[in-house]
Amino acid sequence: MTRTLFEKVWDEHVVSTPNGQQPLLYVDLHLVHEVTSPQAFEGLRVAGRKVREPLRTLATVDHNIPTEPRGTPIFDPIAKKQIETLQQNCRAFGVRLFDMDSPEQGIVHVIGPELGFTQPGMTVVCGDSHTSTHGAFGALAFGIGTSEVEHVLATQCLPQRKPKTMLIQVGGKLGEGVTAKDLALAVIGKIGTDGATGHVIEYAGEAVRALSVEGRMTLCNMSIEAGARAGMVAPDETTFAYVKGKRFAPQGADWDAAVARWRSLASDPEAKYDTVVEINAADLAPFVTWGTNPGMVVPITASVPELPANGSERTSAQRMLEYMGLQPGVPMQQIRVDRVFIGSCTNSRLEDLRAAARVAKGYKVASGVRAMVVPGSQNVKHAAEQEGLDRIFQDAGFEWRESGCSMCLGMNPDILRPGERCASTSNRNFEGRQGRGGRTHLVSPMMAAAAAIAGHFTDIRNWRFQ
Amino acid sequence: MQPFRKHTGKVAPLYRANIDTDQIIPKQFLKRIERTGFGEFLFNDWRRSADGVPDPAFVLNQPQYSGASVLVAGKNFGCGSSREHAVWALRDFGFRAVIAPSFADIFANNCVKNGVLTVALSEAEASEISSKAAENPDYKLTIDLETCSVEDGEGLSVRFQIDNFTRHCLLDGLDDIGLTLQHQAEIAAYESKHPVPPAWARG
Repeated sequence: MTRTLFEKVWDEHVVSTPNGQQPLLYVDLHLVHEVTSPQAFEGLRVAGRKVREPLRTLATVDHNIPTEPRGTPIFDPIAKKQIETLQQNCRAFGVRLFDMDSPEQGIVHVIGPELGFTQPGMTVVCGDSHTSTHGAFGALAFGIGTSEVEHVLATQCLPQRKPKTMLIQVGGKLGEGVTAKDLALAVIGKIGTDGATGHVIEYAGEAVRALSVEGRMTLCNMSIEAGARAGMVAPDETTFAYVKGKRFAPQGADWDAAVARWRSLASDPEAKYDTVVEINAADLAPFVTWGTNPGMVVPITASVPELPANGSERTSAQRMLEYMGLQPGVPMQQIRVDRVFIGSCTNSRLEDLRAAARVAKGYKVASGVRAMVVPGSQNVKHAAEQEGLDRIFQDAGFEWRESGCSMCLGMNPDILRPGERCASTSNRNFEGRQGRGGRTHLVSPMMAAAAAIAGHFTDIRNWRFQ
Repeated sequence: MQPFRKHTGKVAPLYRANIDTDQIIPKQFLKRIERTGFGEFLFNDWRRSADGVPDPAFVLNQPQYSGASVLVAGKNFGCGSSREHAVWALRDFGFRAVIAPSFADIFANNCVKNGVLTVALSEAEASEISSKAAENPDYKLTIDLETCSVEDGEGLSVRFQIDNFTRHCLLDGLDDIGLTLQHQAEIAAYESKHPVPPAWARG
């Protein structure tokens, strides 16, 4: 029988299929951060349980931490307490922690891959919806709640209902200036924010094969914004080249055996999916969101859409426009921005920073605009500094910060003020996401950098690089 | 976990599509390390102005809906972040069930773990319930998980679907970690065939 990539990874990890219950799935890698774990560790304590496999558990601090220079005190006492709680829990339960002062600290979805923990064919979970990022390697990776975090800590397993499968086949080539982020936004715009609910997406086709692993991470990262349980890309030579030599990747003879195994993961040619969606990459432009969910998206060349005729959709769109301070018919390129955020688990990797720096080089941030770059990890920050990207950004007037989730969700001091409009490379434009009353437009790193310099959204395809 | 068998309660209508978990519990309240105390922050940014003044137009601020224990909302309820704090806030506030045309996956899983029932009805059924609750603040529903039915005693009687295992967990208030631990031997057998990668053990 033919199987998809997802089905192969799923089958490999079923520990037991108890009668009348959901299959029990083994978890290869459990990522932990400070916000969704304290109650889970407390649950273990109350029940007198331990962490079943600390070596498969990896923790870091990312959501809450300031992006000012390390050593700056954390002024928010509740945030400080949450971070200290993770430190204590990791000590008490023997879990490896990449702490604030570690040279390998970073956003959990950035450090898992860059340290070589994330590998093809694995199951990866984390108390964070953007765990779908790791699917870029051909891993089955999904977000879970805190009760499930406790479940995995205690048992290294999760009972799971088997999801359905969706193939998103992206033919053709992405044009110049059109990135993985634009493809992700195009997918959500096409199928909607609940278009993939109950499904695991597999992204395939020429345009997906042509993406770097970093681009594939951006694409898989936003699967959850279409409601998907996970997003996956079959591993190939590009994947193997990325993983090879990473600190926690297989070495020597183990490496050869692993690659041989990984090569067998790709979906069989005749494999069947529950749903198939086709997209032509050549049709896509750089995208910008206009509303308060990631499905409300238009090409940069378009205008804020007219209100739908239908009752409830009209009310919903009116509400969004009111929140966003926009009118139907306004060309996207005329919308001015106050803030620019380049960062988040979606777009904070070296490739993203290179792309943004290439745009910023030789220019200055527009007057009245505050722009910040927040690398995804200390490793990304260090590598970017080795290449001089920090100089390019700072010469252009961008702030160059320490790594963390930062203004993607504004749990730390990096937030928008009410009414401020932000071009953001993050993943959610929900009301208040980046700060109460803040107005978020999701874009690619190049589009964000260009908006910072122009002071308004602009079509990167017309940019004069210096 | 608190079991869910049969519940009768007042219905609060919040019929908007795509209510995300950032709205249910805004991020400024995620820093607590307990599972309790989130109820007062439920829908905070919709309930109160930035200065903390309650918005009298918001349904949960209206005295006639106080004590509501069933929430009816639009499709794709609970989308976005995996934060279980959203369910803790709903439960703390007093909600035992949420009715909507559809739910986001992670949110629905989190509900089961906390004894909160998600009832997926058709758009027409959910919208009818919402309209009735908006017209009559004393509108009550009885949700019976034994029979998988929702009734209002005024003629509305609809069935809903739920997978058997989830239903069983909710009816009995099962500790599902305990259930998994019954499979210790199988887990150990799996682990002996799939050891921790050597590079991870070396650290």
